[in-house]
Amino acid sequence: MKRMKTAYTAGLALLGLVLASGCHRDMYDQPKYEPYDQSTFFTDQKADRQPVTGTVARGQLALDDAFYRGAVNGKPVPNIPPAALARFANTRDMLRRGQAQYNTFCQPCHGESGYGNGMIAQRGLSQRRQVPTYHSPRLRDIEDGHFYDVITNGFGVMYPYSSRIAPEDRWAVVAYIRALQLSQNARPSDMPAEARQRLLRGENPNVAPGAAATTGTTSTNE
Amino acid sequence: MPQIFHSSTNTLARASIVLAAIAPLGLMMALSAMSRTYFVRLNVPVQQPVPFSHEHHSNELGIACQYCHVSVEKAGNAGLPPTHTCMSCHSQIWTNSPLLEPVRESYRSQTPLKWNKVWDLPDFVYFNHSIHVNKGIPCQHCHGNINQMQITYKSVHHSMAWCLDCHRAPEKYIRPREEVYSFDYNLHAAIERYADEHAKATGKKLEQIPRNQVEFGQLLVQDANINKKQLSDCWICHR
Repeated sequence: MKRMKTAYTAGLALLGLVLASGCHRDMYDQPKYEPYDQSTFFTDQKADRQPVTGTVARGQLALDDAFYRGAVNGKPVPNIPPAALARFANTRDMLRRGQAQYNTFCQPCHGESGYGNGMIAQRGLSQRRQVPTYHSPRLRDIEDGHFYDVITNGFGVMYPYSSRIAPEDRWAVVAYIRALQLSQNARPSDMPAEARQRLLRGENPNVAPGAAATTGTTSTNE
Repeated sequence: MPQIFHSSTNTLARASIVLAAIAPLGLMMALSAMSRTYFVRLNVPVQQPVPFSHEHHSNELGIACQYCHVSVEKAGNAGLPPTHTCMSCHSQIWTNSPLLEPVRESYRSQTPLKWNKVWDLPDFVYFNHSIHVNKGIPCQHCHGNINQMQITYKSVHHSMAWCLDCHRAPEKYIRPREEVYSFDYNLHAAIERYADEHAKATGKKLEQIPRNQVEFGQLLVQDANINKKQLSDCWICHR
């Protein structure tokens, strides 16, 4: 009887040990660095290391001045370089990408239609400094390379966005800014002839008779 | 040989009937309480060096998630913004706020802010943000209504069962790619838009308009080339 009791107690203790051994967390917290971890090894305490100065990653040798800097011999390029267009399947894809990037990074200050009335501008920025509108003669006539340069290096109080927007995406944003400018400054002669005819007849110029309705992007005018 | 059962066994036997009825319930309550608070700290705001509010920046100001979490579409890690990102606005706005002093100090001294981790997966799980976002799994599904959090907290328990729930049937939660950042997703408007675009692109109408999330999800899973068969393989998350 007594032996049975001892065996029973020992068995219970063993079971407890087996169960408790499942509680260690060394697989949960492995001795390895995750992104943004603090390091006790490096003097700057950053686990994420910077590449050695002068390192060029494969495919990132930025020799093409027009594409990577938007300027050749210090002069802004007048048009979006072909190398930028080649990064997208077609111009429609490029504009869509530009729109998405614009609405993420530019719209907070510059506004959805580019009048410089974004939420951040309304919430105090414009009291210190007016965010310029894209719809001024000066910016309508300026080189494409100028916009690229401003995105890359910043301008006035605007911080550089080169770490957040990739070069081809910057050109897509430039293309979208041009589209915004056109949207606020179009003449009837810019329309396809049949669309103009429909407009003159008082019909919706975007809808060909009998065709499915196309949902054109409408921009909010001031 | 003495009696095997003592007279107190009668009381024990009666008590055990009641206990047997209550025990499962008690166990369930204890487990759920533990999984909520002690282990995973669900719904407990995590104190930070700067009281950053997602509700203010995302919900009120309408700043996109990717404005700060830049690498969410390209890398495993969504990206925590460097102080430079904070200062793109706060060099001009709220420049005297004492709450933002740690941010300004960080920018002056070029030392990163030390944010406290809110979501921490076990190190043997390899989660990748970009694949989820690019295939149409919304931020909201894993992070809850983070756009309404003043101080960020964990609102969804990322247990393995929870991961598998979606990995076995992604059609339950998938959205069109352009809706992943949305926090006021409208399923029926999205279906309508999808049908419209399908008609425009192919010149044919959809054979059957999806009536609910699962039917719509099945189309989206197909469009996104998601191989459901391999989605619950071990190596998908464990390397």
